[in-house]
Amino acid sequence: MNKKNIIMTILLSIMILLIIVLYVFSPETGEKIGNAFSTNILTMLKILPLVFILIALFEVWVKKEKVEKHLGEKGGLRSFLWVVILGGTTIGPMIVALPVAASLYRKGARLSVIFTYLGAAAVCRIPMTIFETSYLGVKFTIIRYSVALPLIIVSSVIMGRILNRSGYKIQEE
Amino acid sequence: MEFTILLAVTAISLIISLISDRKKTEKALLMAMKRFRKLLLPLLLMVLSMTIILAFISPELISNNLTEQKTGIAALTAALFGSIMLIPGFIAFPLGGILRNSGVPYIVIGAFTSTLMMVGIVTIPVERQYLGLKVAIVRNIIYLGIALLTALVTGIAYGEIFV
Repeated sequence: MNKKNIIMTILLSIMILLIIVLYVFSPETGEKIGNAFSTNILTMLKILPLVFILIALFEVWVKKEKVEKHLGEKGGLRSFLWVVILGGTTIGPMIVALPVAASLYRKGARLSVIFTYLGAAAVCRIPMTIFETSYLGVKFTIIRYSVALPLIIVSSVIMGRILNRSGYKIQEE
Repeated sequence: MEFTILLAVTAISLIISLISDRKKTEKALLMAMKRFRKLLLPLLLMVLSMTIILAFISPELISNNLTEQKTGIAALTAALFGSIMLIPGFIAFPLGGILRNSGVPYIVIGAFTSTLMMVGIVTIPVERQYLGLKVAIVRNIIYLGIALLTALVTGIAYGEIFV
């Protein structure tokens, strides 16, 4: 077990202890947390294996050259358009986008494009946008997109440049 | 609905892959299993912290804290709530609608929904698994800045501030 896992195990134990204490002092709150936890973890356990299978299939079937050509160093500006579309159609929260990003990285996509993908997956997911416009109005969404999206691309390019220079790698240990 | 689509797409892809090349498909499944297993611990940590936080911060608590405040303070409070929480859009946006109807300015709602989408303190255990701790933290800080700026522009566009 490495250091990282030990820290995580300690944090986990503290939280579980906290929940047990809560149960003792306020069974109602404890039960509420227990129920919410099982619902949340089941949702994750339902979605994530499918996501990982799809990613793995993508990796064995799609050639590296193909991804590299469109999203790699020579992909040009169009790469950003592709990943914004990909991010917008990604289903689920950040936790789904991260393994997809790692997979794109292994296939030769450049860092700035990958960070843009992560940002787009956070900001312009289509199902979420539909919800937003119906509750808060189209104007609200248009403002959000037109401010956040350019800033995401700019910050991704800057982050990509700096990290490239320092020999940074995205891993999936 | 989203799950059904995901399930159908995965099943169809898997069947096509199996028919085309059994060896390759087996390799893919093994790879998927290995990666998923490695994610279990950070995933557990994320879901547990998210559940505990949600048990203490109810939608009522949020709306109570955002309605009776000065706009600036309310926006920052909203950003704080949004950064530490992780709730799906189908709960967040109706809540935004309720806040709007009770007179909360758009800048405050924008600060809440934007940070909710872009900043995730509870996601950091998972994020570090891929990006490394340093980059995960830097990404969250940059996105917090972008979210706040987005809220600010939203406030200006709706004529809530600087008018």
